[in-house]
Amino acid sequence: MTRVRETLLPPAPPPRRTGGPAGWLRTNLFSGPGNTLTTLVILAGLALLLPPVFRFLVTDAVWSGNSGEACRPEVAGRAVGACWAFVGAKINYLVYGSYPAAERWRPNLFFGLVALGTAWMLWLDAPRRGLGAVFVFLVGPLLSYGLLSGTAVLGLAPVATSLWGGILVTLVVSLVGIVASLPLGILLALGRRSELPVLRYACIGFIEFWRGVPLITVLFMANVMLPLFLPGDLTVDRLVRPLVGIALFASAYMAEVVRGGLQAVPEGQGRAALALGLTRWQAMRLVVLPQALKVVVPGIVNTLIGLFKDTTLVSIVGIADFIRVLEAARADPRWSAPTIPATAYAFAALFYLAVCFSMARYAAFIERRLAAGERGRA
Amino acid sequence: MPRNARMRLVSIPLLALLAAAPTLAQGDTLAQVKARGHLVCGVSGGVAGFSMPDGQGRWHGLDVDFCRALAAAIFDDPDKVRFIPQSSAARFTALQSGEIDVLARNTTWTLSRDTAAMNFPVITFFDGQGFLVRKSLGISQVKQLDRATICLQQGTTTELNTADWFRTRGLSYQVVTFANSEQTLGAYESGRCDAYSTDKSSLYGERLKTAHPDEHVILEEAISKEPFAPGVRQGDDAWRDLVAWTHYAMIDAEEAGITQENVDRLRGETLSPEVKRILGLEGKYGQGLGLTGDWAYRIVHHVGNYGDVFARNLGDGTPLKIPRGLNALWTNGGLQYGPPIR
Repeated sequence: MTRVRETLLPPAPPPRRTGGPAGWLRTNLFSGPGNTLTTLVILAGLALLLPPVFRFLVTDAVWSGNSGEACRPEVAGRAVGACWAFVGAKINYLVYGSYPAAERWRPNLFFGLVALGTAWMLWLDAPRRGLGAVFVFLVGPLLSYGLLSGTAVLGLAPVATSLWGGILVTLVVSLVGIVASLPLGILLALGRRSELPVLRYACIGFIEFWRGVPLITVLFMANVMLPLFLPGDLTVDRLVRPLVGIALFASAYMAEVVRGGLQAVPEGQGRAALALGLTRWQAMRLVVLPQALKVVVPGIVNTLIGLFKDTTLVSIVGIADFIRVLEAARADPRWSAPTIPATAYAFAALFYLAVCFSMARYAAFIERRLAAGERGRA
Repeated sequence: MPRNARMRLVSIPLLALLAAAPTLAQGDTLAQVKARGHLVCGVSGGVAGFSMPDGQGRWHGLDVDFCRALAAAIFDDPDKVRFIPQSSAARFTALQSGEIDVLARNTTWTLSRDTAAMNFPVITFFDGQGFLVRKSLGISQVKQLDRATICLQQGTTTELNTADWFRTRGLSYQVVTFANSEQTLGAYESGRCDAYSTDKSSLYGERLKTAHPDEHVILEEAISKEPFAPGVRQGDDAWRDLVAWTHYAMIDAEEAGITQENVDRLRGETLSPEVKRILGLEGKYGQGLGLTGDWAYRIVHHVGNYGDVFARNLGDGTPLKIPRGLNALWTNGGLQYGPPIR
């Protein structure tokens, strides 16, 4: 026997909303006692931490002044946070070091070239990306070198590397590390998996050697010891020495990251490619490497971010990188006030945060994009 | 040493590409400097009053002006000098390997450094370890710091000096050490210590970093000798002479009353044989140094005498306001004494 409803049910109220701000809060922040507690603890932490930071960096900050006096509480007549006037007064030194003022358009053009190269490589739908790679890995570095140090060919006055400094040097050091370590690292990783024993052991030896010594040792060797071993009439530029050290050091790490990716690609992929009639090199370039590199994007970016921050170590061997010039700038007695050291380090932190965060965001974007490709195939 | 061999191997292709500045670690430094067209001077890079860059990256300071004076004597142009900041670890190697011609890096002249690898032609600044204390303590002498707590920076000779000084006098004291000068000053300001001790020349800069510089005082007494001297390579006596006499020229000029301001006037109208000798109007004293007769005139004209340089970088013309003290001329009770130019 079946029962058939003969009358309409009375209309019920709509279900409790799960959309909207309230719904979002409930599902994401307060979905249970444990989560609610975690949320509250984190919020309390932020409430405790953020206002003083904001006060120091913005509200109480001194934005203009001609000397450190402006950043003393008794002169300002109030509590004083960051002394941005100090950064303003020293900004040219912080960006260019002692690069001659009349020639500062050259570092500026270099910054432009870096931006162009980065955009070209980062914008995946950009026209002629193959050409972009040539620009980034070959033309760009050579052009930048000629531009910054000056060449007769371009009709530019030479500017000794001892005059370079600040953000310019930090960028040069980390870009050289990045641009050199990627291709070198890939070659080393391939070499390490080679079937030729001589090549394989050479690559293993190289990688293990450079991973086995601390970067600071490499830098000290490059800048303190190396000049003593070279014949008297030969010198390598004192900026180039640590640059080479950093590039080799970074490529050893990069090689291991890439090797991880190569191992993650099933062997069948390479064999299938060979069976299709591709040469060994084609199989590697078109089938194995793209898959391997895709897997290790997080690892590569991780290494690059680490490298970018490690470059501050060159300040210890007397290279005027960003941190070194900050240290030198705040020795100025005309700009000595209690909050100046904190201001200098806050400025450095913001700079590094901005750069590293951008790198991390770009990596996340790439990963999403590659993951989308994965879904499409399935 | 495989590491060295490797470094060398690695650098060979680079040398071909990038070896630029020709350097000869041995031999005639003056000839090399003249051939190169500029002097290369190692400085500390970031010590208030001695060598520090301004907002445009130009260098200022006592050490910097010394190198500028040397360049002025050689080239008649104080800007023909390149400054290379040296870390304390790399400074001696840089000099030995020929990367720099002279090291003007507030370096203390000691026997071991002198015999190890370099020469110190002349003392440009007499420093000593001093003490920063609160005015409210009412202390005027170091011995009144008996039973005091003293803030020091780790791993410096200040620790040793302090121990020596207090022990030989049978005084008791307590030391708190910190990794860097920021922490040391912070601890002193927060009241953890009664005194902060380091080289006197640095204490004046440190005092300015406190919240209320007027509430602190630097004791006049020094408990150690820290003679700052430029360094040159061993085995080049002519260069050593030139470096020494660059300083003496600035001292003698001050003693003779020749300043950067009046040097051009004096050159035209002076009758004093001493002033004439210094300015190169009489005799040919520059030749012995491998320079022209007006070498000392160039120094004073472009850079100034020792008093000018001191006032501009350390003295009353600056926030540091370091008193001349031991660095006054010998005629004023100080130690700066220049042999005669004749």
